Amino acid sequence: MYWEKETETMPGNRLEELQLARLKKSVEKASASVFYGGLFKKTNLDSNGIKSLEDIKKIPLTTKDDLREHWPYGFLAVSRDELVRMHSSSGTTGRATVIFHTIDDIKEWTNIVARSMYMTGMRKSDVFQNMMTYGLFTGGLGFHYGAEKLGALVIPAGAGNSKRQIQLMQDFGTTAIHIIPSYALHLLSVFEEMGVDPRSDTQLQIAFLGAEPHSEKTREKIEEFYGIKAYNSYGLSEMDGPGVAFECRRQNGMHIWEDNFIVEIINPDTLEPVPDGEEGELVLTTLLRDGMPILRYRTKDLTRIIPGPCECGRTHVRIERIKGRTDDMLILKGVNIFPIQIEKKLMDVPGVGTNFLIILERKGFNDHMTVRVEVQKEFFSGDLKQLENLRRRIVEELKGDILITPKVELVEPGSLPKSEGKAVRVIDNREE
Amino acid sequence: MVAYQLSVFAENKPGRLAKVTGILKKGKINIRAITISTSDGFGVINLIVDDPERARSILEDEGLTVSMKEVVAVVIEDKPGGLDKLIQLLFDEDINVENAYGFVLESREKAVFVVDVNQLEKTQKVLEDAGLKTLDAQALSAIEPFHYMKY
Ligand SMILES: [Zn+2]
Repeated sequence: MYWEKETETMPGNRLEELQLARLKKSVEKASASVFYGGLFKKTNLDSNGIKSLEDIKKIPLTTKDDLREHWPYGFLAVSRDELVRMHSSSGTTGRATVIFHTIDDIKEWTNIVARSMYMTGMRKSDVFQNMMTYGLFTGGLGFHYGAEKLGALVIPAGAGNSKRQIQLMQDFGTTAIHIIPSYALHLLSVFEEMGVDPRSDTQLQIAFLGAEPHSEKTREKIEEFYGIKAYNSYGLSEMDGPGVAFECRRQNGMHIWEDNFIVEIINPDTLEPVPDGEEGELVLTTLLRDGMPILRYRTKDLTRIIPGPCECGRTHVRIERIKGRTDDMLILKGVNIFPIQIEKKLMDVPGVGTNFLIILERKGFNDHMTVRVEVQKEFFSGDLKQLENLRRRIVEELKGDILITPKVELVEPGSLPKSEGKAVRVIDNREE
Repeated sequence: MVAYQLSVFAENKPGRLAKVTGILKKGKINIRAITISTSDGFGVINLIVDDPERARSILEDEGLTVSMKEVVAVVIEDKPGGLDKLIQLLFDEDINVENAYGFVLESREKAVFVVDVNQLEKTQKVLEDAGLKTLDAQALSAIEPFHYMKY
């Protein structure tokens, strides 16, 4: 049931002791880097100043901008000879960031990915198809290494090429997949086209959903259509990548591996910690990274800590499904909106298909939101009134949630652009 | 007897209707009647064709969203009052017509009126009792070339 029982079920006080010892080491290691060396000198801080976990607050927060400004080697805490791998974030906004790993860093990262997969019930007898982009993105190689360490047979399928994906699943009896949720929904139409029923014609049992925030309803749809269990996962390249937090079989929040990371939730405006259980920005500190330790990193991801112990017996803290990234937030007529909120509402409306697109435009001084929604194929009965009702219902549902009345357009199933990577949910045509 | 009506979901954008008729032409499907109803940004194209099953499958192969439903195709006299007789009959029997359209079978002789009703079985019986002839898919496919009724 556990990959590392002692670590996973370690009582809270012992886990904190372990964290404190590792935090001191991490601070010490970090001080060898240009960035933290300078920062500690300026703030007059060293590892001796860390006497309790509370003292972590003495360390200033690190941001993505800090990583960018000290690109590429400013955070490096070891000699370049020690490095064996680099990864880079997609850099959708501004310059990409780069993360370096030593051989031990890769080992630790691989271990938490294996631990996470084992937690969901994956074993060495499983056949794991990794349908994620390999390369600079951490999702591909991170899962690949973890699954190999666990002992499963890994099919390094990579992203895209939908028909081949389905063929591989059938030919080699794939039991577990790693897939982007929007792509999992899109793939259903390819299954249908090929006349393959994922429920009865494949041996799929587990899906690891990652790389994009998604709603509970989307998970339910994937579980239902594929006849599998789908587990949410969370990671970011700055904190290794996948494996930072993962759902256990209870599917009630994601455990963050606290032997590897220190978890804080702060108010993104005041930067003060929020009370336990309240929503805020996730801040993480690496505890076991040698090549590039990062302390108190602002992830820009919004979530909350789920108070109380988990029924699975693991003592590591759980976070809720990511509500959105502060980067993804849309501000329309002064209202803050996350695309995931819209997804959540849409997926609750019967008749809505698998894809949608938000388009923002500015007309004069007014911002307008149009939501283009694909209709579910089976829903269409030829009745125009039924479609009109669906459209009205969507408008009402969204209005009730985001307090803005969007224009809703119903479009044909499969007509919106599909993506084999992260889905494009928002097109912002407003001029700066 | 019942006939089948195909409905195609179409966004209101240029070329949607042409795409539908193009696909049917390529598949050598004869269109008996066509109507388009539109709403805010989207519409439904209703079709009566000579081979509904095959038409449905070739349209779906091209990625269109199609649904098929049973309708009643009534033969009426192509002269003033011909249509009124049918409509009054349905009204008297409390049958709600969701959609209706027609085409001429033989000029000044016969026309076919397609009615999409909420009570299919009752409608068939009412029409039968009134001595009105209805056509099924085979009968519709056997019809010779015709002219659309103009409104
Ligand atoms: Zn648990």
